[in-house]
Amino acid sequence: MKKKINTAEEFDFLSAQKNSQLRDVTRRLFKNKAAIAGLIFLVLLILTAIFASVIFDYEAQCINQNISQRLQWPSVEHIFGTDEYGRDLLVRIVFGSRVSLSIGFIAVAFGLALGGMLGAVAGFFGGKIDNLIMRICDVFLAVPMMLMAIVIVAALGSSIVNLIIALSISSVPTFARIVRSAVLTVRDVDYVEAARSIGVKTPRILFRYILPNSMGPIIVQTTLRIAATISNTAALSFLGLGIKAPQPEWGALLSSGREFIRDYSYLACIPGICIMLTILALNLLGDGLRDALDPRLK
Amino acid sequence: MAKYVLKRVLYMIPVLLGVTLLVFIIMHLAPGNVAQMLLGDNATAEQVANLQHTMGLDRPLPIQYLNYMKDLLHGSLGTSYTSGESVNDKIMACFPYTLKLTLVAAVFSIVLALPLGILAAMKQNTWVDNVSMVLSLIGVSMPIFWLAVMLILLFSLKLGWFPVYGATKWNSIVLPAISLGLMNMASIARTTRSSMVETIRQDYIRTAYAKGLSKGTIIMRHAFRNGMLPTITVIGLEIGQMLGGSVLTETVFAWPGVGRLMIQAINGRDTPTVMGCIILMTLCFSLVNLLVDLLYGVFDPRVRTMYQ
Repeated sequence: MKKKINTAEEFDFLSAQKNSQLRDVTRRLFKNKAAIAGLIFLVLLILTAIFASVIFDYEAQCINQNISQRLQWPSVEHIFGTDEYGRDLLVRIVFGSRVSLSIGFIAVAFGLALGGMLGAVAGFFGGKIDNLIMRICDVFLAVPMMLMAIVIVAALGSSIVNLIIALSISSVPTFARIVRSAVLTVRDVDYVEAARSIGVKTPRILFRYILPNSMGPIIVQTTLRIAATISNTAALSFLGLGIKAPQPEWGALLSSGREFIRDYSYLACIPGICIMLTILALNLLGDGLRDALDPRLK
Repeated sequence: MAKYVLKRVLYMIPVLLGVTLLVFIIMHLAPGNVAQMLLGDNATAEQVANLQHTMGLDRPLPIQYLNYMKDLLHGSLGTSYTSGESVNDKIMACFPYTLKLTLVAAVFSIVLALPLGILAAMKQNTWVDNVSMVLSLIGVSMPIFWLAVMLILLFSLKLGWFPVYGATKWNSIVLPAISLGLMNMASIARTTRSSMVETIRQDYIRTAYAKGLSKGTIIMRHAFRNGMLPTITVIGLEIGQMLGGSVLTETVFAWPGVGRLMIQAINGRDTPTVMGCIILMTLCFSLVNLLVDLLYGVFDPRVRTMYQ
């Protein structure tokens, strides 16, 4: 009575299922005009950041001072105007985007890796390990995120590496919580039970069965978290705890533009608009992803 | 319910102890010698060693922490490194300003956000919904400090309606409160909308319509109370955000609150004051979260009966 399993057919069926789910999500995402606008903006921004040194010369245009050109309002020659040392603001913003974006992405990647691991372990094993990890997370979450980042940077000193450490530590507990709850919801479903009963090893269950099925909330949170981290990087630089001159960073540009707010307001306006548009784009994409991954909400 | 409240309050104690330990460790990771810094470069090694001894900085870190905790349990946050004043006095001089700013900003954001969110949910997918959601998305995306600078540019420098900085005039609080509250207003409005959208699709709302209740009654008595729960959570979280954001707002507007004090203390390497500020803000944040949990009980009878 044993039915022979046709493995080829079985495999095709599985991959077809997977593809159609991915296709469904993509289709729903592409229907959302705002999310796609955000995505296009981000792609353009990232491309500009990557190819910045092809378009402009870092030393000559971004760092070297050119006093004869100082404080010029936006014009055809300098689309975003020039700063108090005669440097083109557009060039500084383009190079600044490198710093802001890479800190945002790297810090969230670290936070996600560490937090995700802790959350997955806590959720999967439960019991004492779970309790210990989550209580430590509670302590971190009890301090408002911005304050935590400020204290860490203040203690370690301001440099790009320390900034990344501070910002990734402050996003670890959030990711730990999300991954933990995602793992908890799929931990006891039948296919995991089935995998365990045929003797699949624990790490494999975690990475092959549980994590792929709890990706939705993690992807959404990652997008939103990158937005928050870019904003916090700018905030720390604005407070003088982040990137130092002459290296350009959006928050630092805004902060130095503040001195000239009365007569040269573009110096503070334009970097702020850049931060806002980037965060807006990430938020639009994050919202779009959430709706696409969980169609019940719309 | 009393048992639940007690449990929640007791749970705050280990968390707050953990926070003091965490912040203490982080602050003492800071490189450099505090005594040397206070005395300046001309001080002799002997002077530095003496000062370190009187400040207790030559003892092992665990002993320093226990001493700090002993003082803390007696209600003292220590003495400022830079001014020699008691940290309690310094913070208490600033705290009323931060409290006032946060409260005004919270009231401003809640009062505007709730009607906006409910209206958007009622008129789902119309222009009212779209416009208010686009506006609140922009609000969420705006960096607090940039908004603050722009508000100063427009309303103080160009129009001259409000003072540029300080807390001396009656209308000084308007701009700081708007810049602190706007972002929270936007995210409260978004949460309210999405939870109301979900609530008004429930069967009991349809039942209420079928019974012939008026729309106002249904929204206020049936939908709002149930849709409020996620909003309350977000309001709690946002108040925590505001305590962090107040650092930025207070710095831009030179508002004499705890956030600005903390930044000044960080720049002066005044560890006891920094720790005091963090502990106070964390305590406030924990209390707000406690209040949120208790409000859950008030709004949701299921939570109430769970702990009876």
